[in-house]
Amino acid sequence: MSPISRRKLITSAAAATAGLSGLAVAARLAQRYGLIPPDAGGAFCPGETLTYAAQRLLTAHAPARQFPRSMISKAPFANEVAPLGDAFQHMQTGGFGDWRLTVDGMVAHPTSFSLADLKSLPVQSQITEVACEEGWSYIAEWIGTPLHQVLHAVGILPQARYVAYFSFQPDWWDSIEMADALHPQTFLTLGMNDGDLPVGFGGPLRMRVPRQLGYKSVKYVTRITVTDSMKHVRNGLGSAEPEFGYSWYAGI
Amino acid sequence: MKQQGPGAIPVLAASGAAAQGLCYASAVFPANSRTKPEPSRHAAVVRVTHWVTVLAFFALLVSGAEIVISHPRFYLGEVGNVNTKPLFTIPIASSRATVPTGYGYVMPDQNGWSRSLHFEAAWVVLFAGLVYVLWGVWRHHFRRNLLPEPGERIWPAACKVMAKYLHRAPPDEAEEHSYNVLQRIAYLKVIFILFPLVIWTGLAMSPSFTSAVPESVILLGGRQTARTLHLLVTVLLVLFLVVHVTMIVLGGFWKRTRAMITGRAARREDA
Repeated sequence: MSPISRRKLITSAAAATAGLSGLAVAARLAQRYGLIPPDAGGAFCPGETLTYAAQRLLTAHAPARQFPRSMISKAPFANEVAPLGDAFQHMQTGGFGDWRLTVDGMVAHPTSFSLADLKSLPVQSQITEVACEEGWSYIAEWIGTPLHQVLHAVGILPQARYVAYFSFQPDWWDSIEMADALHPQTFLTLGMNDGDLPVGFGGPLRMRVPRQLGYKSVKYVTRITVTDSMKHVRNGLGSAEPEFGYSWYAGI
Repeated sequence: MKQQGPGAIPVLAASGAAAQGLCYASAVFPANSRTKPEPSRHAAVVRVTHWVTVLAFFALLVSGAEIVISHPRFYLGEVGNVNTKPLFTIPIASSRATVPTGYGYVMPDQNGWSRSLHFEAAWVVLFAGLVYVLWGVWRHHFRRNLLPEPGERIWPAACKVMAKYLHRAPPDEAEEHSYNVLQRIAYLKVIFILFPLVIWTGLAMSPSFTSAVPESVILLGGRQTARTLHLLVTVLLVLFLVVHVTMIVLGGFWKRTRAMITGRAARREDA
């Protein structure tokens, strides 16, 4: 073996060692700073984790793109919704006066809000795009109460890390990390395009997470739970979506 | 590097073939190594990144097709959905009942794993591409092997190669060791135009990425334009793949494929 090839061998071994220990350190850091999504696991774990960690670090507090009023879609698409049942229809007949949003978990004051309660908090609006994972999209004005105001009203405990939200439809729920929950554009949406939020679009109350795909914007929200870990919430994967093969993080 | 000469054996090629002196990566040698009797065809970095990209590209192609099936309609501008007029529609059935396709049935939904595979394979292509491009710049791979020869007039040279192709003339000796001008232009376009474009148009569809870098989608003319361009660039990449594989088959499939696996150029007696 010539001296050069030995040097090459040593250099390559050193590079490989540095690479592997770099990966180990990266994994440790990702764990520590919460850059690993709750549904991480299996063959797609490296990709999902890289995407989530990279997006978290890159986007931080960046706002979702906003559009001029002239770009609001004339024909937005509500997408299909499974039948909501008699109980829902009963509430709809009553103008959703009985609708309640329960906020519990790691909060100082668990509270049940009516829609009127939510409207009494400062209401804001945003003109943002809904992008479905299928590829289609539309722009609408969304009027609602920023989630952070509700969270401040109930007083989130310091160890809280995730906000899970549940739909009136029993098998539809999801969660976001605290950075997304406190993001100023994350809304509990009550209105759309200057009117009430139509039922097809998630009325009377829809979570709006504009920096992620449409499926994170769960319709008919009735309950919010604040937690430090998604491990013990329902399927432990942070969302109903992983049960259908879809990833928890949908920022792409 | 100063002592490098015939005695240098790249670690990655330290196989039995290396002992016969057949495995030298041309980029490892100074310029005068062209006169060596058994120059190698492809450096180890080129070979590894090539096959990694092949695997990831197929994963992206299959998963991308599955995602397209859920909405085979394409639009221009920022928004588009079943309530708006498409620029064009791929005439296939959809995996969503909400898409009017004219077909009486709905295909199975494969988007979940397809999306995860798509983004994981995209990371693989990105890393392989970064390694390849950084290495290529560092080792003058692009200047030496892919940029047309300095002083060469591209059009006459390209016409000459094309005429040779059309006459089905066998590749000459020089083409065992270097690329002709048409190959160089095709590879440069794929490496520096099509792959960057397909990555850019892909990122421009990410609601999260575009919040941090809104210009990425604004410059393209909107999210739906980005999606349509993503498809069109993919079509160009597939066209390249078809031509690439056809030329390999015509030039001697096993000879060329072996060169990309072992790095060894075909010797005269093999040709």
